[in-house]
Amino acid sequence: MLQAELPGARAEVESLASLQHAETPLKRFVALYAESRLALVAAGVLVLIVAAAIAAPWLAPQNPYDLQQLDVLDARLPPGEKSAAGMTFWLGSDAQGRDMLSAILYGLRISIGVGAIATVAAVAIGLSLGLVAAYAGGRTESLVMRVVDLQLSFPSILIALVLLAVVGQGVDKIIVALITVQWAYYARTVRSSALVERNKEYVEAARCLRLSSARILFRHIMPNCLPPLIVVATVQVAHAIALEATLSFLGLGLPITQPSLGLLIANGFSYMLSGKYWISFYPGVALLVTIMAINLVADQLRDVLNPRLAR
Amino acid sequence: MLTYILRRLAASAVLLLVMSLLVFVGVYAIGNPVDLLISPEADQKEIERVIAALGLDKPLWQQYLIFLERALSGDLGRSFAFHTPAIDLILSRMPATLELALAAMLIAIAAGIPLGLYAGLKPDSLIAKSIMAGSIFGFSLPTFWVGLMLIMLFSVHLGWLPSTGRGETVALFGVQWSIFTWDGLRHLAMPAFNLALFKLSLLIRLTRASTCEALLQDYVKFARAKGLRMRRVVGVHVLKNIMIPIVTVIGLEFGSVLAFSIVTETIFAWPGMGKLLIDSIQVLDRPVVVAYLLVIVIVFVFINLLVDLVYSALDPRVRLAPGHAAG
Amino acid sequence: MALRFLVAVLVLVFAVCSHAQQIAIGLGGDVTSIDPHYHNLTPNNNIADHIFGTLVQKDERQRPKPGLAESWRPIDDLTWEFKLRKGVKFHDGSDFTAEDVAFSIERTGKVVASPGPFTIYTKQVTESVIVDPWTIRLKSSAPYPNMAIDISTVQIVSKKAAANATTDDFNSGKAAIGAGPYKLVRYVRGDRIELARNDAYWGPKPHWQHVTFRVLTSDPSRVAALLAGDVQAIENIPTADMARLAKDPNFAIFRTVSNRVIYLHMDSNRDNSPFVTDKAGKPMQRNPLKDARVRHAMSKAINRAAIVDRVMEGLAIPAGQLLPDGMFGTNPNVKPDAYDPDGAKKLLAEAGYPDGFGLTIHTPNNRYVNDEQIAQAVAQMLTRVGIQTKVEAMPSNIFFSRGSKLDFSFMLVGWGADTGEVSSPLKSLLATYSKEKGMGAANRGRYSNPKMDAVLAQALATVDDGKREKLLQQAVEIAMTDVGVITTHFQVNTWAVRKGIAYTPRTDERTHAFGFVPVKQ
Repeated sequence: MLQAELPGARAEVESLASLQHAETPLKRFVALYAESRLALVAAGVLVLIVAAAIAAPWLAPQNPYDLQQLDVLDARLPPGEKSAAGMTFWLGSDAQGRDMLSAILYGLRISIGVGAIATVAAVAIGLSLGLVAAYAGGRTESLVMRVVDLQLSFPSILIALVLLAVVGQGVDKIIVALITVQWAYYARTVRSSALVERNKEYVEAARCLRLSSARILFRHIMPNCLPPLIVVATVQVAHAIALEATLSFLGLGLPITQPSLGLLIANGFSYMLSGKYWISFYPGVALLVTIMAINLVADQLRDVLNPRLAR
Repeated sequence: MLTYILRRLAASAVLLLVMSLLVFVGVYAIGNPVDLLISPEADQKEIERVIAALGLDKPLWQQYLIFLERALSGDLGRSFAFHTPAIDLILSRMPATLELALAAMLIAIAAGIPLGLYAGLKPDSLIAKSIMAGSIFGFSLPTFWVGLMLIMLFSVHLGWLPSTGRGETVALFGVQWSIFTWDGLRHLAMPAFNLALFKLSLLIRLTRASTCEALLQDYVKFARAKGLRMRRVVGVHVLKNIMIPIVTVIGLEFGSVLAFSIVTETIFAWPGMGKLLIDSIQVLDRPVVVAYLLVIVIVFVFINLLVDLVYSALDPRVRLAPGHAAG
Repeated sequence: MALRFLVAVLVLVFAVCSHAQQIAIGLGGDVTSIDPHYHNLTPNNNIADHIFGTLVQKDERQRPKPGLAESWRPIDDLTWEFKLRKGVKFHDGSDFTAEDVAFSIERTGKVVASPGPFTIYTKQVTESVIVDPWTIRLKSSAPYPNMAIDISTVQIVSKKAAANATTDDFNSGKAAIGAGPYKLVRYVRGDRIELARNDAYWGPKPHWQHVTFRVLTSDPSRVAALLAGDVQAIENIPTADMARLAKDPNFAIFRTVSNRVIYLHMDSNRDNSPFVTDKAGKPMQRNPLKDARVRHAMSKAINRAAIVDRVMEGLAIPAGQLLPDGMFGTNPNVKPDAYDPDGAKKLLAEAGYPDGFGLTIHTPNNRYVNDEQIAQAVAQMLTRVGIQTKVEAMPSNIFFSRGSKLDFSFMLVGWGADTGEVSSPLKSLLATYSKEKGMGAANRGRYSNPKMDAVLAQALATVDDGKREKLLQQAVEIAMTDVGVITTHFQVNTWAVRKGIAYTPRTDERTHAFGFVPVKQ
């Protein structure tokens, strides 16, 4: 699972790149994006965070999943204290004697991994269903869209909550829950842009050339539906991470032995009033910075990729 | 119009059926509520007797059919944990959640739209930039974390507001409301703000985006060219046009506020139906979970319908097509 | 309209200010009903103690003392006689008599759809004979030494008020007529219970005129409510906040050992246990947990002091048996195993597992104080001596169902002995599982020791307290030296109270409003 997250994140970056070099060079996109210095900083921070998450096993002073390395006697030490074995807890330790810095790095891995995998899978499902709906029309379309409408009229947290209450905890289960609550956004986004594209001249032209439906769909219509999808997807990664954190906080998300950021915060939640702020403060900051960086990047992407705001 | 409403209702009924089946199968798969509820000192025969008394000894399909049959006559069963009719239990908790959600929505609207409008009209000013930065911040903060920070600051350190729970209530139309007492308002302030924060940010961003877009439209340019004052352009033309997406979002988001109140209610010990749901899931109180879903589905159908109606009233171009929903 | 609200608000403000002798108490568990026979649940029983009352009461150490009955004695092997208190009045002014007792005992079996009936305590009573209005005889078909203890759980309701009452009638207050020190004013489910003092109460007059129990199940919220002054007392201080509250001069802390023990249950019966593997993760030929030496080694590998000190932050006491010292049937000779990792490794080698093996510990994550943290600490400690232990935590709704289906090999569970007697855990946890005999219902490791079973059966049929205690002590020794379960610690019950108020801490986790008294400063 942890290996799988890497291609996920990369695929997103790649699709983003391939999108642009088709017509105008990547340079134009980069130049447009770089217009906002804040967005540039956010992108930099995001790259750093993802890199840190990927490199967690090499960066972290301790493997927080290996019970042999943990000692309950080191529990709840404030930042800067040394463990019994002589290691320094730069960000303190939690109730298990886990080094918070290591736990945050590994937690980022899980949070971002879960968010990215769920989003990529949901994009794939939403994209295909949205395209098919738009292209096929008729019964198929109304069936797909009925389901989409129905699902979007319910808050994601509620659907995820019921689903998790029914299937239980676990990384795989929370990913399934996140996919279930997300795919409809993409299906709707893709369908509406595909509907616009379908009636454009180039599709007309392709039809005249007797190209196969599948070819028209995937080679011609799909690339043009991607920009809005990317914007939605970026925002949704942030949403997925936040949703996972909330579900974990409510006790319905991930198992405690491999804590995500949300679960780390939830664990430290009970220590807030007693002044042991570091157990939930630092994971909270990590979560905040991650979500904020993604949101800022998404914001700028929206401006850059929105044709109506083209300057 | 009527066909449209009927179709909507039919779709929701199907959804409800699917959800209730899911809950039945899920609860069955997870475990037996009796294992949790009964005193650990009970012996095997006692446990079996209780299982039979709650009707959990029958095969699952039979339990589900019994549920359907009773549900059709308006009986959703009694809570395993409280023995009260599940629907009564939900309805008794509903006012608390409703007033929390309404207060949160009110805060979000009252602050969000003016701030967003300002940020959209003067996008390059420092204030606008701080508003937008703040909105991103509000967007990204985890609700549960903010809730505890609020308690720490306003109740523990400053001692201004009560930390948790719901304040004094007064009866109005036979329902207990706390928004009409001072004590109630004091209790409501923090949870409502906590719940509003995310929607507030959302509304700021949405209003700003709509305003920016509206300003680029020809009718605004035309109105300006005609020599109308900016205040009138904004107050009449811009505001009217940006209201359409905003109303839609407010309507839809109200539902999500209802759902997200689960988190806020848990932190602030607010006796609403979201907290009831979490508690019921924890003891596998199936009738309550199913009844909660039913109530929520009905509320949502109602909200969505209302949104569509307002939408078509605001924008004459929109026709409620019987085929599929607007949007 | 607005004016009327203003007036209402002012009236409320004054109403709040004018009561001096009132107290608000934060509860850690939800009260699911006011019907005292509906669900055998500590928070419910606690509220019932205020409104109703029992024949036999229990003091803060769970020793029986006279309540609505002034005395009781066995008149033959199969009959107990209770002499009732005279002149006791219910809240509605009617007299309390033996009729009400017979009615209450009978009612425990008649509550519709009770998820936790009190019949576990009344099923052995075969007949109630009313001798006169203040004398009642309870008969059983076999000698029943625990009659008084069991009857101490049955709350007495008024026959007149509760004759055809449903659980809903109790919740609405209509049937909630008892003879207890407090009357029910209002029950708002999931939020609060308001009580007013019963000035006609037969016992000592409680200090507080008006009591509000607030349901604050979230730990930080409960502490915050205390810190903010919304409540004057809370039960169940979260371990995380203990140090802070102890330092704060505005609060006083009261604590005592709990009757709840946290223990580790091992599958000591099956040859192939689902979560016992060799180090490579493959299933094993034989189940090492069947070997008492392995179980003993595991017990020695656990550093109980570290769990108490670091995980429980001092709010626990290391446990070597099923109930804390001094409670009925505990054996003073049985002590917790000392922490001895080398000894543990030696024992493992002796048993033929010099390299250890693999194991998974299953634990609930929302049931006991710090449950999943304890499980993780145990896993760390076992891993150190070579038993590579994984942790799987889950909500209690899944945990108990799976545990009862014998899905686990090694699990963390807790046991609170409501009766205050060691026979309770022996019967349920360690006796050989038998549906016919009603034994071992919670024996999820299916531990079985015929010697222990025999001694226990004898104890359960001995009416003489002295002899019964000896037999129970013997049973405890047999089970604990065989390591039927590994006990880790007893929880500590805690209350934090605003300075100037004192509380008498109780082993049975109950929070009695009449236990709080102002102290002179």
